[in-house]
Amino acid sequence: MTDALHRLLRTPQGVLGLALLSVLLLVCLFGGVLAPYSPETMDFAGRFAAPGAPHWFGADQLGRDVLSRLLVGARSTIPLAVAATFSGAAAGACIGTLSAYLGGRWDEAITRTIDAVMAVPHLLLALILVSTLGKGSLNAALAIAISVAPSMARVTRSVALAVRQQDYVKAAIARGEGGGWIVLREMLPNVAAPVIVEATIRVAFAVMLFATLSFLGLGAQPPASEWGLMVSEARRFMHQAPWIIVAPSLAIAATAVCFNLLGDGLRDALNPRDER
Amino acid sequence: MAWLLRRLLTVLYTLLVVSILVFGLTQILPADAAVTLLGENATPEALAAVRQRLGLGDPAWLQYWHWLSALLQGDFGTSMRTDQPVGPAMFTALGRSLMLGGCSLVLMLLIAVPLGILAALRRGKATDVAASLVSYLGVSLPEFVTATLLLIVIADHFQLLPATGYVAPSENLVESIRHLILPVLTVSLILVAHVSRMVRSETIDVLNSDYIRAARLKGLPPRIVLLRHVLRNALLPTITIVALDVGYLLGGIIVVEEIFAIPGIGRQIIVAITTRDLPSIQAGAVIMAATYAIANTLADIAYVMVDRRIRYD
Repeated sequence: MTDALHRLLRTPQGVLGLALLSVLLLVCLFGGVLAPYSPETMDFAGRFAAPGAPHWFGADQLGRDVLSRLLVGARSTIPLAVAATFSGAAAGACIGTLSAYLGGRWDEAITRTIDAVMAVPHLLLALILVSTLGKGSLNAALAIAISVAPSMARVTRSVALAVRQQDYVKAAIARGEGGGWIVLREMLPNVAAPVIVEATIRVAFAVMLFATLSFLGLGAQPPASEWGLMVSEARRFMHQAPWIIVAPSLAIAATAVCFNLLGDGLRDALNPRDER
Repeated sequence: MAWLLRRLLTVLYTLLVVSILVFGLTQILPADAAVTLLGENATPEALAAVRQRLGLGDPAWLQYWHWLSALLQGDFGTSMRTDQPVGPAMFTALGRSLMLGGCSLVLMLLIAVPLGILAALRRGKATDVAASLVSYLGVSLPEFVTATLLLIVIADHFQLLPATGYVAPSENLVESIRHLILPVLTVSLILVAHVSRMVRSETIDVLNSDYIRAARLKGLPPRIVLLRHVLRNALLPTITIVALDVGYLLGGIIVVEEIFAIPGIGRQIIVAITTRDLPSIQAGAVIMAATYAIANTLADIAYVMVDRRIRYD
């Protein structure tokens, strides 16, 4: 693990990604303390205040401080997207490993069905799921987890097929271990590394999907300061105050860049021969 | 030929799974179709009559069977919102979406392929670093952010192009193109970023291969090596990547059509979801999945036709 971290720190993407990640982590943990104002304090005299002291990122249509809303909003944007991705990835990893373990017709049937589910675009699947479950942050996160799972299952299966041929798996079968034991205790730990790399890259995607759902009014609900929702609410005022839109947009982009860099850095760190 | 048949069977299986998935999901929508249709104030007798007519009392599998067999005869049902047949409305909308998607794909390829190859050839130099920075930013901007930023700068600040709306090409070609520019730019940006990175890494793989070294060592001019050997081998895998990205493109189209008020299939689906118009949600989702499955099949066929080394059967 420390070895992987060292190698991660040797790639430029890894360094940049980790730096951005620490900033985001700080903001998620201490955003409420760091925020100069309360994110919900309205000030009608100070509506649409331009960026500069005392509102460094300006004020929005209700006179709320944009910087404070961003700092507090990180907590309603990032952790849910991360949790959604990793739970979806875990479910996908189990399905993919199981498929590779079973092999033959079962493998074929599972793979074809996964391919079929993937024919529905992620956003559309998430939209239908959210409209079924009801709008809200948690349901949006659940929808994202479900839409991430099939593609992660496919990635995991391709790795697990090689693991399936290893001697320790054959030994476990020869010992007469049950299928569940072999999938969970013998195979899953050995497919974990590539799955984590893939999942890290998908976090970027999940952050964007989550913000998009909120933007469409199906994710976080007002008065939350989720970043996608902030863009959506500010859209009507883009003439008067473009900064209300630009600030959360950049925050979303920075978060997605962070996880993309981190995922690429991890990939390079774990495949030293691959010099892309 | 056996391969092609198998491929077509896969498409059919895909559509079957998608239809079950979509029907199953919309079945548990917490909405009583009869109430949606008649409004909250309808009499119990009227509601019962509608439930009878729509077969809402039947078991789920029977409802699915009725829906599927109608679907196979080209009947997508009747919209609960407009009381019009869903099929024609959806296919008209699909036409507009395909125009948006097609233009975006072409623009994306025109930018992404040269950019990726250039970055690979100048690997590690300033051009490569700049291209990869742009692509990191590109894949990190969701469509609604790109669209909003483009609207602020180009439509609002400089007033160069109209902000929203749709004009049919048959009506006024120039206006139609002017209305399409911003949506097309939005949809293609994220794809340019993704595909150019893929083209770059494929090209680097090919440049490092033995056959390129052999071609160079036997004294072929660099231009010929690039055009005859590198390009062809690097671009083949790109076909598959682009086909898989069509799914992403379709998702992007949903958001972009909503923002730019383009009456395409994405907007139809959003309206259907917000008004809980079940037949429209079902039809929209099935048509989108079918589009994706067909695009991928065409890409596979193209791949086999271009690359004679590949034999699937």
